[in-house]
Amino acid sequence: MKYAAHAPHAHARASIGRLMLWVMIALTPATLYAFWLYGWPAIFLWAVTVLSAAGAEFFVLRLMQRDAARGLADGTAVLTGWLLALTLPPWAPWWVGVIGSVFAIVVVKQVFGGTGQNLFNPAMAARVMLLISFPVELTTWVGPSPLFGAGALSFVEGARVTFLGQMPLGFDALTSATTLGHVKTELTRGIDVPAALASHGQGLGASLIGLHAGSLGETAAVLLLAGGVLLIALRVIRWHIPVAMLAGVLLPAMLMHAHDPARYLDAGTHLLAGGLILGAFFIASDPATSPGTARGQLLFGFGCGLLVWVIRTWGGYPEAVAFAVLLMNAFTPVIDRYLRPRIYGHPARFARRTRP
Amino acid sequence: MVAVLSLTGLGLLLGLGLGVAAKFLRVEQEDGRIAEVEALLPGSQCGQCGFPGCAPAAAALVAGAAPVTLCPPGGRDLVEKLAALLGVEADTAGMAETVPMLAIIEETQCIGCTKCFKVCPTDAVIGATRQVHNVLREACTGCGKCVDVCPTLAISLEPVPATLQSWTWHKPPRELPVLNAPLSTAGASC
Amino acid sequence: MLNRDWLTRLRLRWGVHPLGRKEQGNREGILTLPLPSRLHVPMLQHTGQPAKPRVTVGQRVRKGEMIAARQGNISAPVHAPTSGTVIAIGDYPAPHPSGLPVLTVSIDCDGLEEWVDLDPPSDPFALAPEALAAKVAEAGIVGLGGATFPSAVKMALGLRTQVRTLLVNGSECEPYLSCDDRLMRERAAAIVDGMNLIRHAVGAETILCGIEDNKPEALAAMREAAAPFPHIALRRLPTRYPMGSDRQLIQVLTGREVPSDGRSADVGVLVHNVATCYAVHEALRYGRPLISRIVTVAGGAVRAPRNVEALIGTPARYLVEQCGGLSGESARLVMGGPMMGLELASLDVPVIKGSSGILALDASELPSATPSPCIRCGQCVTACPMNLMPFEMSARIRTGALDEAVGMGLKDCLTCGACSYVCPAHIPLSHYFNYARGELTRRERNTLRQESIRKLVAERSERLERDAREKAEAAARRKAERERAKAEADAARAAKAAAKAAEESSA
Repeated sequence: MKYAAHAPHAHARASIGRLMLWVMIALTPATLYAFWLYGWPAIFLWAVTVLSAAGAEFFVLRLMQRDAARGLADGTAVLTGWLLALTLPPWAPWWVGVIGSVFAIVVVKQVFGGTGQNLFNPAMAARVMLLISFPVELTTWVGPSPLFGAGALSFVEGARVTFLGQMPLGFDALTSATTLGHVKTELTRGIDVPAALASHGQGLGASLIGLHAGSLGETAAVLLLAGGVLLIALRVIRWHIPVAMLAGVLLPAMLMHAHDPARYLDAGTHLLAGGLILGAFFIASDPATSPGTARGQLLFGFGCGLLVWVIRTWGGYPEAVAFAVLLMNAFTPVIDRYLRPRIYGHPARFARRTRP
Repeated sequence: MVAVLSLTGLGLLLGLGLGVAAKFLRVEQEDGRIAEVEALLPGSQCGQCGFPGCAPAAAALVAGAAPVTLCPPGGRDLVEKLAALLGVEADTAGMAETVPMLAIIEETQCIGCTKCFKVCPTDAVIGATRQVHNVLREACTGCGKCVDVCPTLAISLEPVPATLQSWTWHKPPRELPVLNAPLSTAGASC
Repeated sequence: MLNRDWLTRLRLRWGVHPLGRKEQGNREGILTLPLPSRLHVPMLQHTGQPAKPRVTVGQRVRKGEMIAARQGNISAPVHAPTSGTVIAIGDYPAPHPSGLPVLTVSIDCDGLEEWVDLDPPSDPFALAPEALAAKVAEAGIVGLGGATFPSAVKMALGLRTQVRTLLVNGSECEPYLSCDDRLMRERAAAIVDGMNLIRHAVGAETILCGIEDNKPEALAAMREAAAPFPHIALRRLPTRYPMGSDRQLIQVLTGREVPSDGRSADVGVLVHNVATCYAVHEALRYGRPLISRIVTVAGGAVRAPRNVEALIGTPARYLVEQCGGLSGESARLVMGGPMMGLELASLDVPVIKGSSGILALDASELPSATPSPCIRCGQCVTACPMNLMPFEMSARIRTGALDEAVGMGLKDCLTCGACSYVCPAHIPLSHYFNYARGELTRRERNTLRQESIRKLVAERSERLERDAREKAEAAARRKAERERAKAEADAARAAKAAAKAAEESSA
């Protein structure tokens, strides 16, 4: 028997694939700029990571006898690979990307039930796994050496770096700590923050346009910010998580920096030197792993931000976006349970009668 | 060595504690559960389950000697309630097709023998000797006892006709086109 | 001062903005349809108990004659939409997605349009409010916005609970529909008169009429008609779906919220649709019962979409034919608007009091994608006018945990469909909610039935016991009787023998 169709007989013409496509479009300028900064190895690593994420998704869906083409078409797997690639050191070997992607898709996403069912952000869980398992590869950063410029690697040299692990001559001169990592190291040596920043030699201006060592997604703060604002304007994401997360980092940073500039980094460095902007606009705002209500999103975002600042300031790792997002992901179900909006016509939350 | 011993000791001790707790704190309420199950059953003592009445059926259910799908008049609702109460997995796949039934008397064949209303557990058949009988729709459970005793085969069971007021929306089909593997059903935030 | 619209927009974030497509039908005036040859008037066109037919097959009825009386407290009578002969009283397909039949009176129109003797009150404002409500009840008027709740019941309720403000709903937030728009443009004075009559009948002080800002002509016409009455205020509402839901309209216009377990009268207001006001005007000024309504015929598959005034019972096919017919195959037929309307299996069903629109949508207008898993994006939460969490509720319903869904506010859901409309995963959220509510009602009914059957069984076993006891008692009595008789006989015999012996001995 054919059932009657239920209303509504109209639709906003939105789809998951379209949402993901917009996120990718918003990421494109920053990604292209980072490709230019870090050259062929970055491009190879990105391609390997994205392709292996898509491949892993396809393989797992086929294994579960689902419609693999349809599952891939929603773009979530490609986006996961893309975001993971943006958080890796640009000159990391190819297998780092492959292991990360496969872990993200198979263990973090599909084991939990696939698209929308995962509790943790796949890209961030994979990054943390890689960081713990391969600390050397994940903390070897190089300074920018723009494509087609003097000293840039050729296509073949780039392929050697990514696929064979053969570093070019003078590689040691290229390696450099990230700003946050440098400051953390110097602080443990008893050198205060202003001196550490001065010795690193990269001012805020350089950070603004990404001229410092770091992952692909830590460069070009301006382009990432523009992409994030585009997503909010298009209502692909809501403003609550990014704004709350930035506030969560910047408020304590400003307070404590004013309190003791020698020990606490300023808000500007917090904002521009690490992956905060990428994290706030593209990672923490992942719908599947963040709360569904406005108030929940504010709490979630602020929690992410606060954790980022706490771990950056007192933790063992210089960068903290991945840890902070994962920790708050674990709270998402609880937040969604207890921060439900007040239903129309019901008394305020704490006066509400519990229903059987 | 000390560590191994102490851990073993600890394990034994805790295991013992658990065993003792399981023994002493066990919830003894078999009788209560039988009453609860019986309260769920329709209570028409129709015997379609193969037991002489609802009380023996309830006892069998609690003892695990009968499937929760035993009661045709109860339908799917009852299966689900019983499964929830007894904590067992209900297979309602085969039950999907059962619909509430209603006894219909073919008037031209009824000879007014009154056999049917003598067996009806809910007094749903009305009529008098030598007169055509009729079924009260509201009272009939569709148990079929009358069908068995009718000497002229005048009674048949038919599905209760749907009306505009009793009609409800069907359950939407599941979201993912699954070829044959079952999908995880719980939401992410259960 | 800040613009009021801006305040509303800032304060309330619910709702969606579907493509209006109202221009399809609102350009031309209302067309009064020529008389069809046959009408099928269903007995259940309102919320509550169906009406009970009072005519017989073959009987001649005049236009406006009551052909079915109301049954029970919440019900409405039904009137003959034209003069003619009743040719059948029986099952006929209802305008409903189930396609199930409903008791219907079919009338062959004789073309004379001969009215029953009308008896309008000379001055309705001189009548007591109760008398006005009684006349509205007699006229069979129900809420014409789509809920089809009997208007007189609502008015009586308003009288009991001291309504201060009458809200008049001219928002018409469903896409495609423009029947209220055209009615306000063309018959504003009658609507305003109806508003005043209802105000009198419920004892309200002021009237607040809200019209969405996508209907500037209607707003202007209504402003002009209402100008002589200082107690009527017209408000321009932001265009947003579901603005026309009475709870949302109350929230926007008065800033108050109807309690979840209460009615609008609890916050001192009563909401009536503009078309209902018009029907009340017709009934109280001219004595005419509700026998026709304005219907929007639109959709991509209709050749010449427009608004028509159709008699209740007119086949939907006739309406579409009068609007140029269908161009090719229509992908879906809908009665009502696209957001909450019901799919029809065919056009061979009658127009009823609640039919605001007949839509024939083509494939390009319909949602096409198949559902995919929820990504918890929360767009449904933003859209929900009741502040529910649709995606959480549907996940519970899908796994059968209906009670949990009820705990999350399933019963507060309006099934407005805003959540389904925005869902990027195309999950049929409002369908889940309607399914769950139907299922809960069904279970409730089942439980009641089980209880009544249990009672019957108990009564029967009691009766059987009593019968058995009586039988046993009767048997015991008979036995005792027999024994007594025997004993008496024995005694008599003994006495006789004794007497004989005495006789013998004395002899």
